[in-house]
Amino acid sequence: MKFSNVIATGGEWLRGEGPHHQIVISSRVRLARNLRHRPFPGWAKKLERTQILELVKPPVEELPEMQDSFSELLQDLSALEKQVLVERHLISREHAAKSVGSAVVMNRRQTLSIMVNEEDHLRMQSIRSGLQLKNAFKLVDKVDSTLEGKLDFAYDARLGYLTACPTNVGTGMRASAMLHLPGLVLSEMINQVIQAVNKIGLAVRGLYGEGTEAMGNFFQISNQTTLGEKEEEIISRLSKVIETIIEKEHDARQMLIQKKSNTLWDQIGRAYGVLTFAHAMTSKEALNLLSIIKLGVDLGAFPEDRRLPIDELFIDTQPAHLQKSSQQKLNAEERDELRAQIIRERLRVFPKPDISKVAREATGNGSVSEP
Amino acid sequence: MLCDVCKCNDAAVFLTQILEGKMQKVNLCDACSKEKGVQDPTGFALADLLLGIGAAEEIEKGAPTQKCAVCGFTQADFKKTGRLGCSACYITFSEGLGSLLKAMHKGTEHIGKLPQRAHREIELSDQMRTLSENLRKAVAEENYETAASLRDQIRKLETDLASHS
Repeated sequence: MKFSNVIATGGEWLRGEGPHHQIVISSRVRLARNLRHRPFPGWAKKLERTQILELVKPPVEELPEMQDSFSELLQDLSALEKQVLVERHLISREHAAKSVGSAVVMNRRQTLSIMVNEEDHLRMQSIRSGLQLKNAFKLVDKVDSTLEGKLDFAYDARLGYLTACPTNVGTGMRASAMLHLPGLVLSEMINQVIQAVNKIGLAVRGLYGEGTEAMGNFFQISNQTTLGEKEEEIISRLSKVIETIIEKEHDARQMLIQKKSNTLWDQIGRAYGVLTFAHAMTSKEALNLLSIIKLGVDLGAFPEDRRLPIDELFIDTQPAHLQKSSQQKLNAEERDELRAQIIRERLRVFPKPDISKVAREATGNGSVSEP
Repeated sequence: MLCDVCKCNDAAVFLTQILEGKMQKVNLCDACSKEKGVQDPTGFALADLLLGIGAAEEIEKGAPTQKCAVCGFTQADFKKTGRLGCSACYITFSEGLGSLLKAMHKGTEHIGKLPQRAHREIELSDQMRTLSENLRKAVAEENYETAASLRDQIRKLETDLASHS
């Protein structure tokens, strides 16, 4: 499978069909594994890294889950192609910086992506739409079980799987979900939620990392610890917390509709206006405004069939995706112009926000649970 | 206030994280916060960052001059990168790592998945422990016939174990 195919077919998780997909964009589970007595990638010399790659890549490519896969050495990918994979969460930023001795293998559906010689010899990640941490774990666990028959993984009876960073030792597992929480942000309750989540040993990160403002109202929630708890326990604890946050988000949206409806319609109207008529837009502004439109779709202010075009815009307006689609390298100013142009074109067929519809639904249906 | 990482520039980024009631604070200058990925899109945890600062000191306490026999990694390298050199480093630096892992994680022992191979290995070493204990008892009781049989079983088990690792 070629890189152009990867670009052409959006990952399965982008289509947003999983449970609670309105709020939970994606669920990811990754396992870190290393070969016994071989230096970790960060410490290995170039030759050693290449030897490890030669040992690890064939069994990964032979996995039944990897039929018709995309498999590439990092040195054979351009900077732009790597960035596209980062924007789709298929490889990490750290991996994108790698070259000789590293590789990425992923399946056609883009539900499984395996990085060779990232921080650990193997980083296996499964990504699914909506809240599907259990399914994501199931897939990556199966892959791990197949590979352990062919590769001598480093482990210790007491410490579990041994990883380059001691923060990952034990299960080597990081489970995370990307949540879209505009209701909690607009109602200024998000900080309370973040603090509560932190208190129970889970990490909250913005789309663009901790310590920075969360963009587009996206938040990643993941387990912080990997030692002393079973994989299934971590997953179920995390899932329960996420279900609670989903409820809080629904509550916050209801509260906004009932008590701060003018602020809400103002936000949606402004986002619609700016996106429809702007001629220059940074990716941060685009993310924030698209987030409000997405909320509008969730609330019924826009028809349901407009959901996919908006979800696609989140990805298509990212810097590398823009440049890839225009087939040229663009500076920041040119990107902002092109981004605004793409958004204008896609929103041309978008109806104006219909507030009356929302109000009716809000009074007619007090329930906040999703089907 | 000086940056906790480079200790020369004024801190401009202040991070606080509360994990199960324990509060951790880190102050960083602009340059270090960028380098440490505080502004990095792929995410970043305070624990990782703290690791680079506190962990090396922990390890120094445990193994002031130690070097990993398998990969040649030293504590100075850990201080620089916050990552270990190879899986054997966990044994080499186990003393210093112990308290670090305890502070960082929920427990100190792994109770999750292990490779199939590991279960067999653990089973064998459990058997070995029982046999050795029985042998000690048999010798103490001057029950030499049993002792001889136990000794043979232990030898066989030793070859099994060797073939596994």
